[in-house]
Amino acid sequence: MKPFSATPDTQPWAPLEQRPACCVPKPFIEVEQLSLHYGQKPAFHGVTLAINQGCITAIVGPSGCGKTSFLTSLNRLTDLIAGCRVEGRIHLDGLDVLAPQTDVIHLRRRVGMIFQKPNPFPLSIRKNLEFPLREHGLRDRERLAGAIETGLRDVGLWDEVKDRLDSPALALSGGQQQRLCMARALVLAPEVLLMDEPCSALDPLSSGIVEDLIVSLRSRYTVLIVTHNLAQARRIADYAALFWTQNGTGRLIEAGTAKHIFGTPHEPLTVAYVSGMRG
Amino acid sequence: MLNTLEPHPGGWERLATTFVWSAAALVTATFCWLLGDIIWHGLSHISWAFLTTPPRNAGREGGIGPILVSTLLILGVCLGVAVPLGVGTAVLLAEFTTDTSLFGRLTRRSLDVLSGVPSIVFGLFGNAFFCKTLGLGFSILSGGLTLACMVLPILIRSTEEGFRTVPTGYRLSAAALGLSRTTTLLYLLLPAAVPGLLVGLVLGVGRAIAETAALIFTSGYVDRMPQSLLDSGRALSVHIFDLSMNVSGGDSHAYASALVLIFALLAINGATSWLTKHWLSRRIVTV
Amino acid sequence: MTSSDNNILSRWPTDRLLLWLLRGTAAIAGSIVLLIVLFLVLDALPALQHIGIARFFTDPSWHPAEHFYNLTPMLWGTLFATIGAVLVATPLGILSAVFCQYYAPPALGRLYRKLIELLAGIPSVVYGFWGLVVLVPLIGAIHPPGPSLLAGIVILTIMILPTIALMADASLASIPPQYLRGAAALGLPRWATIRGVVFPAAKSGLFTGVILGTGRAIGETMAILMVCGNVVQAPQSLFDPVRTLTANIALEMAYALGNHRAALFVSGLFLMGMIAALVGAADRISREKIYA
Repeated sequence: MKPFSATPDTQPWAPLEQRPACCVPKPFIEVEQLSLHYGQKPAFHGVTLAINQGCITAIVGPSGCGKTSFLTSLNRLTDLIAGCRVEGRIHLDGLDVLAPQTDVIHLRRRVGMIFQKPNPFPLSIRKNLEFPLREHGLRDRERLAGAIETGLRDVGLWDEVKDRLDSPALALSGGQQQRLCMARALVLAPEVLLMDEPCSALDPLSSGIVEDLIVSLRSRYTVLIVTHNLAQARRIADYAALFWTQNGTGRLIEAGTAKHIFGTPHEPLTVAYVSGMRG
Repeated sequence: MLNTLEPHPGGWERLATTFVWSAAALVTATFCWLLGDIIWHGLSHISWAFLTTPPRNAGREGGIGPILVSTLLILGVCLGVAVPLGVGTAVLLAEFTTDTSLFGRLTRRSLDVLSGVPSIVFGLFGNAFFCKTLGLGFSILSGGLTLACMVLPILIRSTEEGFRTVPTGYRLSAAALGLSRTTTLLYLLLPAAVPGLLVGLVLGVGRAIAETAALIFTSGYVDRMPQSLLDSGRALSVHIFDLSMNVSGGDSHAYASALVLIFALLAINGATSWLTKHWLSRRIVTV
Repeated sequence: MTSSDNNILSRWPTDRLLLWLLRGTAAIAGSIVLLIVLFLVLDALPALQHIGIARFFTDPSWHPAEHFYNLTPMLWGTLFATIGAVLVATPLGILSAVFCQYYAPPALGRLYRKLIELLAGIPSVVYGFWGLVVLVPLIGAIHPPGPSLLAGIVILTIMILPTIALMADASLASIPPQYLRGAAALGLPRWATIRGVVFPAAKSGLFTGVILGTGRAIGETMAILMVCGNVVQAPQSLFDPVRTLTANIALEMAYALGNHRAALFVSGLFLMGMIAALVGAADRISREKIYA
């Protein structure tokens, strides 16, 4: 078990009941009978799940149960992987994601993604944000500068980097790089944010900062976060879904409100997983 | 870089160390001998006049002016054709082709073979295709095109290698940001792959400028100043060959020409490593 | 990085345009070999029809003026020179790479790599010239006549060594450092690590280098023409002059006509065949594309 957030031991999280009811449960992404194969090897099978708008949905489960694959199928990043087949249906706000005629460029603009390992481009801090913005049609210098500042402020990076916007992004610390990547995704004003264990490559302090940041995104974005860290999921998620490997393929075991999954789960596997981690 | 590997006392270890150092010493000594010999004999003949005046008396006297011009023109034609073709193919192979696709496999296989085709065979081909069939005759154009075919595999291989060293994360995050493949290619991948391209260029130019066999039957022997790309022109390497094999008493000028050729290669090499360094310091290497 | 069709067929027109452009360049690049084979065959056809393959091996000698077309002495010449050079250059080249990566102090290693790169860039005609004016007289002093198989082997060795060394160096450099750290953690000494961990991990790169070097040795023309003496005979000793297939073409192409010219194109086809066999063998043995 990796060391994680610095906060949990000293600062008990708010009881589930006192969570603000942030979400009007309105499904934004609907996944039906989704399966994914790498060549002949199945990654997950038959996943049906609705993801509510403006909420944080945590996807938890052991390694290798298809969580990350599930995430990448939502913005069709799976297209970049040779031999990868996705079957089933995904609707994002009415858009048929998997349809061949779907404009993936437009789709990916609406669905931002944060990776496990921070991966800023080998450009300056400014260029990292400016480049995707320009590519999506924002050319005006002042508006660009404004958007960059807003983006960096949103992730709390502005004060740390405003004097060295033209220095290389790769010189930043891991946590700063991850926040830069978040800013890079946020400046494009996506509707959905996919996060693939965004904290697991970071040190505890940075991890805490990024986690707070994710919480601050609630209600503005629909957030899906894959995490190994149950404590983290419990702290930040409104909804949770448990994936598990059964018969050699990943399956969705149980999904529901975080309160339900972490408090009174139905499935024996969920009970075991949640309590196992607790113990 | 790996002094993490500690030397360790022991028979095999000591023997291996001796062998490794001797091999390096042998290679270095040979190199110094060769280079020293050529500098020693060639330097005294090199002058501004030598570089600019036309050869006289079959090259025993005079200079290599027109020959330098022909060489540069041949190289220009060669790179002008090979670089666009090479980069395009490398991009296709590295970025747009699966390892299993038939087109990719065929292209790769054919380039494998092409890279091994002996230069004299290129000469035969160039003579038959460019000179005879396309009717370009013995000309700088024929020579340049023949060389372009020859350097293409080298160029493609190292450019493709350059693309493959770019971390997958760039492509994934670019795709996740909704950047088009063209943009990703032009602004992220291509700059990151430039060192590979440069290496390919140096190797390609090195091979092209060194080439003799493929040029004898394509660009020809004429040592006059070329008036157009359709004129025959004698490349520097062909000149050296001719002086040393066919012209008795041509050795001193052959030495000087060889030295010029080596200087040219050194200059290209130096310029490239400077460029690479400059490039790398401006762009930041990945972690 | 690869991609599935879904992604290639992006709806963006620039992406599609780019893809077709790239396919066009690749198609041209890929078809050059076919073009070469086609033209070799076309020009060799008269000889194949009028002389027949068998006579290239059974004729009493190579005297095109008298319609004798035996290529075997030249085949022996090419074979011996190539094998000799590869046998010497392979250990030297690989040890050179090992020196750069693991034995030399970093600064010296860089310098040495630079030197090998320079060596790789030196034109073959310069090697040939140096061989002609320095090496051949030297060998002649030990054992006349001087222009000989040995001179050819030495020159070829110097020429293909950088190819092998640079490929080896690159593949050594690409070995994941954790392998080495792992070996170091086990307390393995340097050479044991290189033999047990580095060489197996870098095998395909080393092998590729040797194959490339062999190809270069087979195809080398000018340098070998300048130092080998070019007598049409199967060599009996290292000091005998030989003529290789490539040298034969270069020497006679200028005045060859009719069947003679076609016979030279046939020897070009033989060379192509050797290269193709080499590529095929490498492919089969290494189970990894040479190209990759």
